[in-house]
Amino acid sequence: MSTITSTRKLRFMDGNEAAAWGAYYSGCRYFAGYPITPATGVLNAVLDILPPVGGQVLQAEDEIASIGACIGASMAGMKTMTATSGPGISLYSEQLSFAVGSEIPLVIINVQRLGPSTGSATKGADGDVQFMRWNSSGGLPVIVLCPTDVRDAFVLTMQAFNLAEHFRCPVFVASNKEIALTKESVDLDSIAWPPVQDRTPAREEGFLPFAPAEDSDVPGFLPLGHPRVPVRQTSSTHGEDGYITTDPDRIQAMQDRLTHKIEAHAQDMAFYEYVGPRDADMVIIAYGITARTALAAYKQVTREGGSMAVLILKTLWPVLEKEIVQACQGASRIIVPEMNLGQYNREIQRLLPDKKIDCLGQMNGNLLSPEQIMEVVHA
Amino acid sequence: MPSLLNTSRPPVFCPGCSHEFVVKALDQAFQDQGLSGTQIALVSDIGCSGLFDTFFHTHALHGLHGRALTYATGLKMARPDLHVVVTMGDGGLGIGGAHLLAACRRNLDLTLIILNNFNFGMTGGQFSATTPPESIVGSGFLNQVERPMDACQVLESAGAPYLVRTSAYAKDLAQAIAGAMEYAGFSALDIWGGCPGRYMKRNKISPKIIEEGLGRLPARSGVIPGNERMEYTQAVQEVTSQMPKPELPSAVPTVCTPPQDTEQGVLILGAAGQRVVTAGELLGLAGMSAGMQTSLKNDYPITVLTGHSVSEVILSPEPIDYTGLSKPSVVIVLAEEGIQRRKHLFASLPETCVVLRAVPELELPATRAQVIDLDLKAKGVKKADHALASLAALARKEQVLNMEMLKAAIDIRFPAKIAEASLKVVDAV
Repeated sequence: MSTITSTRKLRFMDGNEAAAWGAYYSGCRYFAGYPITPATGVLNAVLDILPPVGGQVLQAEDEIASIGACIGASMAGMKTMTATSGPGISLYSEQLSFAVGSEIPLVIINVQRLGPSTGSATKGADGDVQFMRWNSSGGLPVIVLCPTDVRDAFVLTMQAFNLAEHFRCPVFVASNKEIALTKESVDLDSIAWPPVQDRTPAREEGFLPFAPAEDSDVPGFLPLGHPRVPVRQTSSTHGEDGYITTDPDRIQAMQDRLTHKIEAHAQDMAFYEYVGPRDADMVIIAYGITARTALAAYKQVTREGGSMAVLILKTLWPVLEKEIVQACQGASRIIVPEMNLGQYNREIQRLLPDKKIDCLGQMNGNLLSPEQIMEVVHA
Repeated sequence: MPSLLNTSRPPVFCPGCSHEFVVKALDQAFQDQGLSGTQIALVSDIGCSGLFDTFFHTHALHGLHGRALTYATGLKMARPDLHVVVTMGDGGLGIGGAHLLAACRRNLDLTLIILNNFNFGMTGGQFSATTPPESIVGSGFLNQVERPMDACQVLESAGAPYLVRTSAYAKDLAQAIAGAMEYAGFSALDIWGGCPGRYMKRNKISPKIIEEGLGRLPARSGVIPGNERMEYTQAVQEVTSQMPKPELPSAVPTVCTPPQDTEQGVLILGAAGQRVVTAGELLGLAGMSAGMQTSLKNDYPITVLTGHSVSEVILSPEPIDYTGLSKPSVVIVLAEEGIQRRKHLFASLPETCVVLRAVPELELPATRAQVIDLDLKAKGVKKADHALASLAALARKEQVLNMEMLKAAIDIRFPAKIAEASLKVVDAV
């Protein structure tokens, strides 16, 4: 635990600004978005950051156009980002399937707010954690990272760009009003910034836009606008050449590869923290802003002499199955607090069928408090 | 320049389809401009117009129905040197309406080719946004009760600076397309044609009938004088080239010593317009100036200038876990709206908690906390300054922050003029 030191460089930022700066340092130079509370701060921040360095910012006519413009710019080779909240994620759906199926790198900041529907624009929630995963037709996997604080919003946005570029796919950063609009002192200078990764270029000779590179599940990339090689992109079911195919074997091979390239590489995108003794009696599995409530409860239980640990998941999809099972091996009780009515608990239950699991779900715009977790602990 | 047609993938349209004339004219237009395939990106919509990208040796992006203009926008912004041509049908015209209007207003240098054959060919000849009410189509009577739109009229209203209304059978179609592509701004061609697979089975249409139809409307064959203006990427460049380089929010130097070195929580209960969030920021910065970690969590409705405004500020020597405040050390009460938002909290406040009340008129729920009246109205402090004045009172008490910290925060947060005015408020308390 750190205390006051004079060497610390504290900056005062909110989660939306942090995501914008994370994007900038990742090399993002294209942003398109549509204003929506509580995600508008990202648009505001990138408007200050990107144009002066030759980047582009588009306030699009709607969310469909926002993500569409990102798809176009990404296919031209740019690192692109958009930001919205639940209602916008609904409108992204069709384009999201395109980005998944046609391997278009892009980062989506989803500042979750209380739903359903228009819901409450200025109230926090984590109500989209299953929605993000299953929001595209075809149901192929997506990557969802989940920050717990402003610092994470910065670092995980950088990680999101790396994963989007490396795996050629859309990556969500599952923020929350309670991170996006909460200002915190953050020390960006003392943390390790992830080294920036770019997408792998394909060989020009015999270029096939959807042929995986050697020893890889991911195709190399050439941009639309390449000076020598015409490049194709399509939302239709395609073969390696980017033209429509009706061959069931080729179609199945592509679906399998799109699944495999994410799910078989969960270890390359496993962001999590385990706090507490290895063999704790009780494990809280938490993510997002609620992970911090869990930490406060953990400290209290530890002070009271109890045996507890917290597993903080910063990758929600793909599910870190191995890490979850391992963390809970010695535990007799699992607590899953969530700012929804138990969405991620579905994953925990399927992984730990023999454990006693208490899910603490709340969806009223308030943070779960340490006292609420303590009630479950003492129940 | 040679033809850019993809000889291994010839057009697959129904026999007699007018789209084939447009394919040939487009290829001719490319050749006339001396363009190579890698200088062009074809962005195609859904339906028969969505097949266009496969017929050419160019860059190609085929996406969702009605959204072709969205991809073209990102692509052109990223690569202004590329010639970006969008093909869509009258179906895309309808479903992509918002994008169409935005493209006209934005004036990005794209060329939109609307292959207008008055019906949804691929799905069975249903009526589209341009189907005449007297036509017999695959949507039963529905087209009889809706009014078709004239694409050029709509696009012109939305600000398109270059419009052409023509026929797929027109002899000068290639020149018309080349002219539109050469125009530095958004250009669109509404190209009327016949769909032999669907529409023409039950409706009479011919090059002559199309010609007559076109003749009944005012001609559109190029620049729309009133709509001409600077192209989007150029206009953007003019503004952004003058913008200062971005910088991370500056690190707050540790120059003060906090009056207490344990975690402190301050709850500010106010109303919109009282600069509650700004006061929260000042308090956070003040804490940081003394090396404390801080969090500022705000609660306000979606409306502006009305309703509650509540800020929860934590100053701590340790990393902050829970950002909510169930046990504040100080509550600053500025407005009835804020009190209502946390009315249940007061009963649980301990004797050690300090409640600063801005004006004595504010009624507080029963509490054991120590209530201090600041009487700011009597001291001549404006309502909009009550939050700041309350922080000053707290600093005078050397609780949570001190005067040095508050002044350091004001210095960081505000430009010189506002800082000066703020210091006056502080000194008045």
